[in-house]
Amino acid sequence: MTAILVRRLLRLIVTCFGISFITFSLMHLSGDPVAMMLPEATEADRQILREAMGFNRPLLVQYGSFIGRAVQGDFGQSFYHRSPALPLVLERMPTTLLLTLFALVLAVAIAIPAGIFTAVRRYSVVDHLATVAVLLGQSMPVFWTGIMLILLLAVGLNLFPASGWESWRATVLPTLTLGTFQAPLFLRMSRSAMLEVLGLDYVQTARAKGLGEWMVIVKHALKNAAIPVVTVIGLQFGALLAGAVVTETVFAIPGTGRLILRAINQLDFPVVQAGVMMLSLIIVGVNFVVDLFYLYLNPQVRIS
Amino acid sequence: MTLERPYDEMEQFKLSEGRRLWRKFLRNPIGVAGGVILLIVLAGAVFAEYFAPHEPNKQRLIARFKPPFWAEGGSMTYPLGTDNVGRDIWSRIIHGSRISLIVGVCAVGVSMVIGVTLGLSSGFWGGRVDSVIMALVDIMLAFPQLILAFAMVAVLGPGIGNIILVLGITGWERYARVVRAEVLALREREFVQAARAVGVSNLKIVFGHIMPNTFSSVIVMATLQTAQAILAEAALSFLGLGTGRNYPSWGQMISLGRDYISIAWWLSTFPGLAILLTVLAINLVGDRVRDVLDPRVT
Repeated sequence: MTAILVRRLLRLIVTCFGISFITFSLMHLSGDPVAMMLPEATEADRQILREAMGFNRPLLVQYGSFIGRAVQGDFGQSFYHRSPALPLVLERMPTTLLLTLFALVLAVAIAIPAGIFTAVRRYSVVDHLATVAVLLGQSMPVFWTGIMLILLLAVGLNLFPASGWESWRATVLPTLTLGTFQAPLFLRMSRSAMLEVLGLDYVQTARAKGLGEWMVIVKHALKNAAIPVVTVIGLQFGALLAGAVVTETVFAIPGTGRLILRAINQLDFPVVQAGVMMLSLIIVGVNFVVDLFYLYLNPQVRIS
Repeated sequence: MTLERPYDEMEQFKLSEGRRLWRKFLRNPIGVAGGVILLIVLAGAVFAEYFAPHEPNKQRLIARFKPPFWAEGGSMTYPLGTDNVGRDIWSRIIHGSRISLIVGVCAVGVSMVIGVTLGLSSGFWGGRVDSVIMALVDIMLAFPQLILAFAMVAVLGPGIGNIILVLGITGWERYARVVRAEVLALREREFVQAARAVGVSNLKIVFGHIMPNTFSSVIVMATLQTAQAILAEAALSFLGLGTGRNYPSWGQMISLGRDYISIAWWLSTFPGLAILLTVLAINLVGDRVRDVLDPRVT
């Protein structure tokens, strides 16, 4: 067990380095970052900026100093906001994480019970309806769902505001948008996990000893069906955060995603780097915790 | 005369593998429906000039914000209405299918080549090669694909080639993981051992003997990933990081509609439906292809 943990930790560190390298490289992808930042400047001006930013040093040295500063939380000054990049990202992070969390809770609250129900009542009307809903849900672009919700519930019925994040009413449409984006996959996963478990011998045994059907499901089947579902939810966290970025744009929510997107359009690299790095580190962290949870839940791994 | 029946039965068994799978595919009406929709979209993309009633970028300011034909003030001249500068939505949707399909298919092609190559190497050679490639997969998994893609497009600049490249190199890890797992199982099989025993070179074993056996899962993944790539392209276009303004794309049309949402609902609605229908069709076909090629998974 300790050996596995150490190996996972080592992998985590390697992953973090890889992420930092890719984030660092983003700026150099175009060949010359200065030419991109100052498209109309003279060569002399460019040379001044190049030296000021340290772009004239070898790439590896630049990467070294990038890492050295990043570890201390210094991603440089935002070109646009003229203040340190990391605080800009961090102060908007709670909004993004809250949106993600709300959506996750909503998706789980719809999808898991629905998944269990459709597995138990396989081939029922509800099951078929759920299958159609899953197919449609998985084929909808998340930003379009958001716009359709605005059209129906904000413009049409005037129930909720079409943008913002200031009141609880404003959080409803973004949460619905992002939640319905993730729910189909969770439903499909929990349904198939449940179906698999329901066919196993120990569930038959529980039934044979006279337990009521719902007792069998809740007390016996659910525990084992949870393992793959939890793993998928963890793995989907990245997709959910990316979805949050798009959702923030649709609803003009002042979160990290919108900050990063704007920074991308303004070529404000310190903010892009700080933002992409933070989002990725959060995803890595979540996946690591899910991994540990999986190790804990799965006795085969736990004992060896 | 008496011999005829057995001969007929033999004919049945002589069906080639491809024909057998094809028949199996046709047996499911939902998969076929998806295929038919997909063929229609494909035909629309190929013959867009003939199907579209108007030139997609032609502006007619006198006819701006015309609603669809069934609504008050709409007409069959512009069946799905017009946008803020009087361009025909229907024609733009037909032309927009080109971007979606080209990007979808090509991006999947790029990630398939990268992913399958890395997966094969990782599974077959193992050891240090495997560690390095799997570390790369871990890193790619940690990156939210869309965000990495945004940033890369912003640096490289918009354009169809860049979008394909970016979606291609940010979406290969699934292929690598699945192919690696298959290779690990295949490596120990008799036919590989036999090939090795008679002195076939490693490269030939990997590409000639192992790779063909991973095709069915790669095809299934590629089909379903095409749907994902189309959604990703739409998201990039929606955020203004798409294929450029010269040619209509569905994501871009939806984005424009967001600005006029309170006065012209049709601007966003129809391009979104086009995406929904196309992606749904691909998913239906993909699910069916998986059932046909890979009976283990249901």
